[in-house]
Amino acid sequence: MLRLERVSKRFGELIAVNELSLSVAAGSISAIIGPNGAGKSTLFNMVSGIYRPSAGEIFFEDARIDVWPTHRIAAAGIARTFQNIRLFSFMAAIDNVLAGEDSHLHARLWDSLLHTPRQRREEKAARERARELLRFVGLEGVAETYARNLPYGSQRRLEIARALASRPKLLLLDEPAAGMNPREKGELADLVAAIRERGITVLLIEHDMGLVMRVSDEITVLDYGERIARGTPAEIRNDPRVIAAYLGTAVA
Amino acid sequence: MHEFLAQLVNGISLGGIYALIALGYTMVYGIIGLINFAHGDVYTLGSFFALTILTALGVSGELHGVALVVDVAIALIGAALLCGIVGVLIERLAYRRLRNAPRLAPLITAIGISFILENVMQIWKGPAPVSFPAVVPNPSVMVAGVAIGAQQFLLVGLAVVMMVALQLFIHNTRLGRAMRATAEDRDAAQLMGININRTIMLTFLIGSALAGVAGFVSGVYYQSTWFFNGFGAGLKAFTAAVLGGIGNIAGAMLGGFLIGIIESFATWKFGGQWSNVTVFAILILVLVFRPSGLLGEAVFERA
Repeated sequence: MLRLERVSKRFGELIAVNELSLSVAAGSISAIIGPNGAGKSTLFNMVSGIYRPSAGEIFFEDARIDVWPTHRIAAAGIARTFQNIRLFSFMAAIDNVLAGEDSHLHARLWDSLLHTPRQRREEKAARERARELLRFVGLEGVAETYARNLPYGSQRRLEIARALASRPKLLLLDEPAAGMNPREKGELADLVAAIRERGITVLLIEHDMGLVMRVSDEITVLDYGERIARGTPAEIRNDPRVIAAYLGTAVA
Repeated sequence: MHEFLAQLVNGISLGGIYALIALGYTMVYGIIGLINFAHGDVYTLGSFFALTILTALGVSGELHGVALVVDVAIALIGAALLCGIVGVLIERLAYRRLRNAPRLAPLITAIGISFILENVMQIWKGPAPVSFPAVVPNPSVMVAGVAIGAQQFLLVGLAVVMMVALQLFIHNTRLGRAMRATAEDRDAAQLMGININRTIMLTFLIGSALAGVAGFVSGVYYQSTWFFNGFGAGLKAFTAAVLGGIGNIAGAMLGGFLIGIIESFATWKFGGQWSNVTVFAILILVLVFRPSGLLGEAVFERA
């Protein structure tokens, strides 16, 4: 579904990602782990179109996407969340989700100004879908609350709902468990599994090994912008290079 | 008391024009962080467009009945549309390529565009003020001893209708939501699939069209226009936007009406030569005590 071929990203002298090849199978939950500075976030930024790779190619469902404008990549079916939450904080929770639906709405300026039946119908259906998504992530009670007034864990879930609103085929989750307590992490694991049940492929960056080991089908380990290992959770747990480079005692 | 009310009515009328122009400043600032100094000239251009359309329609004086409604509607919508197109062209040709440049670059460019528009208008209609036909009859009604003209009702009514429509648009439609999202976090909006170029274009279209409406009503109200009008009016409207909290739409409306009223009272109490001094002195005081303006800045939409 997603394929990276010898992708590199340089920032001046710094090589953040070095000739990385990677593929993500449709319907899977894959994780990317690695120490800080290993190039994980750079990788996400290239896939979602914030950065252009310095070299290499990125394919999504066999279309080369690394040359597309960002909004087109999103419209093609790749959605993401952010490590440091980037909600539209002065918009209501439901408006955040509706903003995520934008590429699937068709109202033109004319429809909006004249409040045409088409615009009303579309808006009503969009709101119903948005409410359904808020329910799905467990935020049905706070639809009209400003995003900035939601508790931290809810903001993370709202980001997921907003990303799902664009009807992605591939969802990129950037450290979704950061700052969560153990109970919230458990709920997050269930949510990720439920997202896969909807037929959405999930690729996540995560430091919480418990979560990664629990939900992932496949794990890729990065270090200094290069792939040092790849395999099932069981394989990764026992890979001596991984243990040396990164995991240490964290898995125990 | 009578004079007080009369000045209040004047101030509100003047404020309606400032508020319409201020909306364009605040919307553009909210979405790309640019103070669009050419915006005041787009307002003048609106009165020029309206004048040209009325002349083409053969209108030279007061209109009545169907002709009044039809011709006014054509001139108003025509001026708004043409100004909207000019605004979009300015964004496309001058500002877009500077979107990621240091902030001074687009600012200087905006001043340059302002000069270009002023000079083009000077060539177009000459350096002297031009008279604008008094198309709208101005019978007045007495309210509490003050005569309020039909033109004043039209002006304020139009301004209020535009503002309410804008609020509804921004809050309840897909494109309005896209504007708020883009204003708050352009990259995130783009990643959610929002086409930000189109959204920014739309912002210029709407802001400039509102300036076109202001240009038309000011022509009708003052029965004259001048290529350099936009400089002073633009500066006042920009002040209004800052006073209300730049980037804040409700703030621009509040600021516009306040500036109009202050100017009107200052002219009455201290004489015309002191009106600008008073307006800007009050602006400075507000900014000293409330640097982000009366309603707070940097929020495209809060009201």
